[in-house]
Amino acid sequence: MSQTIREESGKTVVELGGEIDLDRAPHVRRILLDCVARGRDLLVDLSQVSYIDSSGIASLVEALQSAGKGGTAFGLVAVSPQALRVFELARLDQVFTIHPDIDTALKAAG
Amino acid sequence: MTAQRISGAGTESLLELHFPARADRMVMVRDSVRSAARYCGFDEQTVQDIVLAVGEACQNAILHAYAGCAEGSIVVAMLHGPEGLILRVTDFGQAIDPAAWKPRDLGDLRPGGLGIHFIQELMDSADFAPAPGGVGNVLLMTKKRA
Repeated sequence: MSQTIREESGKTVVELGGEIDLDRAPHVRRILLDCVARGRDLLVDLSQVSYIDSSGIASLVEALQSAGKGGTAFGLVAVSPQALRVFELARLDQVFTIHPDIDTALKAAG
Repeated sequence: MTAQRISGAGTESLLELHFPARADRMVMVRDSVRSAARYCGFDEQTVQDIVLAVGEACQNAILHAYAGCAEGSIVVAMLHGPEGLILRVTDFGQAIDPAAWKPRDLGDLRPGGLGIHFIQELMDSADFAPAPGGVGNVLLMTKKRA
């Protein structure tokens, strides 16, 4: 699994790649909750995610809820087909804000 | 379709993996399951679905049957029959009550509890079979050939 974190246009952008499973989900959870705690809007790019399971999804749900409590925006960007399939199975594709690409995400309000 | 219906004549063993019930072994397990599912001729979407279902079944064993105990082991077996695939995930941990093995309400947004839902959505059947010697759990899943 890979990750990069950067600041862009006043938002935090996290790019996750590879396989997010029970082994890696705690690491992803820590990264995302740390980023949410910075108090900026958070965008999570999932374009390079080749596998995600229920534990990976749980990390993203927890970060979404934490952002909601803190009043910051949380969006997913360029979700890979493999990951999107899992979000759809969990009916979470309607719960998360999903942007088609990073430019659109950065321009989006909130 | 049940495992009984697609087992029997023409059914061959594809693989049997014995491994420690540890999260850091799952990449290896998924790679093997992925290769075996491709060997059976399933399309790439179905291959991914099979890999996810087996991953979730193993995750259930690690988190619930063994509840974090590092000493457990899991056996994943794949059998290939004329009608499709049988996947058997066996653990030797605490017995899971099949009646309690049901998906949570998806409208209840909270982290966790999605694994059973994924298995039931992705597989044609998923049922617990009697565990050998009454110890542990045997989850039998089937995936019919398209």
